[in-house]
Amino acid sequence: MSEKHKDEITGVETTGHSWDGIRELNNPLPKWWLYTFYASIIWSIAYWVVMPAWPVIWNGQWTYTEGVIGYTNRNSVADELAAVAEGRSEVMREIAQTPLTELAQDPKLSEVALAAGKASFGDNCAPCHGSGAAGGEGFPNLNDDNWLWGGTLDDIHTTLLHGIRWEADEETRLNVMMAFGDLGMLDRKQVSDVAEYVLEISGQEHNAGAAGRGAEIFAQNCVSCHGEDGTGNQMLGAPNLTDAIWLYGGDKATIEQTVSKGRSGVMPAWGGRLDEGTIKSLTLYVHSLGGGE
Amino acid sequence: MAVSSEPRDHIPGTMTAASYAVIGALIVGALWSVITAAKATDWQMAAHAWVFAFAFVAGIFLIGQRHFNAMESGSPEEGHRYNDGVVKAGVIATLFWGIAGFLVGVVIAFQLAFPVLNFDISFINFGRLRPLHTSAVIFAFGGNALIATSFYAVQRTCRTRLAGDIAPWFVFWGYQLFIVIAATGYLMGVTQSREYAEPEWYADIWLTIVWVVYLLVFLVTMARRKEPHIYVANWFYLAFIVTIAMLHLGNNLAIPESIFSSKSYAMFAGVQDALIQWWYGHNAVGFFLTAGFLGMMYYFVPKRAERPVYSYRLSIIHFWSLIFIYIWAGPHHLHFTALPDWAQTLGMTFSIMLWMPSWGGMINGLMTLSGAWDKLRTDPVIRMLVVSVAFYGMSTFEGPVMSIKAVNSLSHYTDWTIGHVHSGALGWVGFVSFGAVYCLVPWLWKRERLYSLALVSWHFWIATIGIVLYITAMWVSGILQGLMWRAYDAQGFLEYSFVETVEAMHPFYIIRALGGVLFLTGALIMVYNCWMTIRGRERAGEAAQHPAIASGLNAAPAAQPAE
Repeated sequence: MSEKHKDEITGVETTGHSWDGIRELNNPLPKWWLYTFYASIIWSIAYWVVMPAWPVIWNGQWTYTEGVIGYTNRNSVADELAAVAEGRSEVMREIAQTPLTELAQDPKLSEVALAAGKASFGDNCAPCHGSGAAGGEGFPNLNDDNWLWGGTLDDIHTTLLHGIRWEADEETRLNVMMAFGDLGMLDRKQVSDVAEYVLEISGQEHNAGAAGRGAEIFAQNCVSCHGEDGTGNQMLGAPNLTDAIWLYGGDKATIEQTVSKGRSGVMPAWGGRLDEGTIKSLTLYVHSLGGGE
Repeated sequence: MAVSSEPRDHIPGTMTAASYAVIGALIVGALWSVITAAKATDWQMAAHAWVFAFAFVAGIFLIGQRHFNAMESGSPEEGHRYNDGVVKAGVIATLFWGIAGFLVGVVIAFQLAFPVLNFDISFINFGRLRPLHTSAVIFAFGGNALIATSFYAVQRTCRTRLAGDIAPWFVFWGYQLFIVIAATGYLMGVTQSREYAEPEWYADIWLTIVWVVYLLVFLVTMARRKEPHIYVANWFYLAFIVTIAMLHLGNNLAIPESIFSSKSYAMFAGVQDALIQWWYGHNAVGFFLTAGFLGMMYYFVPKRAERPVYSYRLSIIHFWSLIFIYIWAGPHHLHFTALPDWAQTLGMTFSIMLWMPSWGGMINGLMTLSGAWDKLRTDPVIRMLVVSVAFYGMSTFEGPVMSIKAVNSLSHYTDWTIGHVHSGALGWVGFVSFGAVYCLVPWLWKRERLYSLALVSWHFWIATIGIVLYITAMWVSGILQGLMWRAYDAQGFLEYSFVETVEAMHPFYIIRALGGVLFLTGALIMVYNCWMTIRGRERAGEAAQHPAIASGLNAAPAAQPAE
């Protein structure tokens, strides 16, 4: 099988072997291939000289060749972060120290604050409130002028700083929408009646008889927070029940569920997690979204 | 070292001492499975124990049935120099798992574009279907293609029958059992959470047994060869089998919670664990999807083109350099992580040095066509094989580029990686396997030619358009994603929130899913074509149009080549 053999088409000798009819030409290595291979090896060796590369034992200890320029990933990231912080630190300190109302009127500072607020909103707030701040079920829309705890700069700042029902923060905003049904304060029929009344004051279709009975129940249980007319109270974080904006839903079933089981949504306190400059920036950004008071 | 074939003093297919030993082992395995099913600490383990028990009992029946069939018909396999039955089974399994894997790929592509398609059902959510897809295409489709083609090629190039009587069939059915255990495990939520090595400890042990038998069958067949030298395809197949065994054992070192539990804990932790995982993961690409399929390429391209391999010297140099360098490149998956800088440097530089060794295979594949380039025009099967080699060249250039840290800082964690993987997976692994299947079906079933070469052309073009849609969508999406992540505004703040970058991917995810639909469509055409070929049909009116048919390119080669 091993006698010399020449391929007729190319005129190149084969190795003389044949497997199942397959032969192999005796072509040399392509020059460009070989030289590129060598070049990649030489380049790698040069890279090893410059960069951290090989693990070695030195003075009886495992270490590695550190490379002539002393590069490390960790230091390079730390340097970059420090450079950004350095460039930004002055203006962020200014933002942190400037009162909110002045900040809003300072064109230079507010431009930075709005940019910082937008970036921080995307990283920290968008997961619940949405990237466009339109909210969702259980998460308030921040674009409208309907505020649970107030929409002035100071109100928003307080909410951001201390959160809502955030147990770890002693100054957190706190109220209770009680579980009137589960606690046995109202029976199923009463829950249904008061829900009909809420439908009535929010201008929806309702059963007039049931709503009439519900008005009584509302007066006894709900007005202390939601007010005589059901328009709510921002001091207590009690929502306005007469408009068409609902945090959890304004249909009969959802209102019944709210009355029966209660509600206690949570927003984390960002004080301590974000620096004051960032929180003020967020305040300004959220305030700018459309509904700031 | 030509070794004479085994003595045949019994009718092939009937019981031997080895068969009784296998039956004994299967009985013990079945009993142990039933005990495990009874004592299992979780329902998933119980379910899998029943699957094992059923499979072991079925194995006993198969061996028994084989014995009685052989007794009745005298010697069914006599006169056949080669064991082709197990290769036929492998080709059919390749087609079956290919369709399954591509289909799940299409499903998860649509899930990414439209998350509602998860339907809130745990069994079919993206997290469980994704490993189902990757394992189905790599190990079920690719693995069966490799086992089948290696069993076919090693017999021809060594001019000897496949070693072992039950052993090759044990490899085939044992491997299918592993696939079923792995796949059903994913759906039930059983996973080690190691990418491409998700099956739990008991599936790993089973695969180890199957793989060792595979290695033995291959080695003994080579030892009995009647050729003085070992053909290059067999070097690659052997490198694939040996290295996959090593990787599988290394990466799956784990301690089960109990022998009756489906849960285990890895023996490594932290960054060591990550490095072991990507040493495995990258070399699964290197030795499964590259070395194995290069073995396939080295047999089917010269065979189909009827041309000699371009350069023997290149095949030696690129084989050894590929084997030596690939194994070091894994750390490039962990750039800019807790992995020490020096390991990242080595991962990157070895990936750069890997470029030419990888391209050696491409040169040898493409240049083998010299003197036969006209066949690209006339034979769509050759076209498929050649384009697969071109995709191989493209993705083995893209890989080293992406391993450069400056590039990686943009590409890492983005869809670019997914695009890169799929240009290799769909273009290289998919097409070279399709080409091999189109060669093998007429050869194995002794047909004059394929049912239709026109349908091969349709498959080729539909799938090629699918691949182009897929990888261009992922390139654009990946680079866009990477640029959005690092975009800063004038004040030095991040321009986009993460969710905005997710939103920006949506149109590309739809294009990608459509590319997947085209690729799947092409594969379905292939299955139909193969099915009609096996049934002995020939599409009317094609013979005259295709010079490839006229020249007898499709004809089955002689079962017994001249000595």
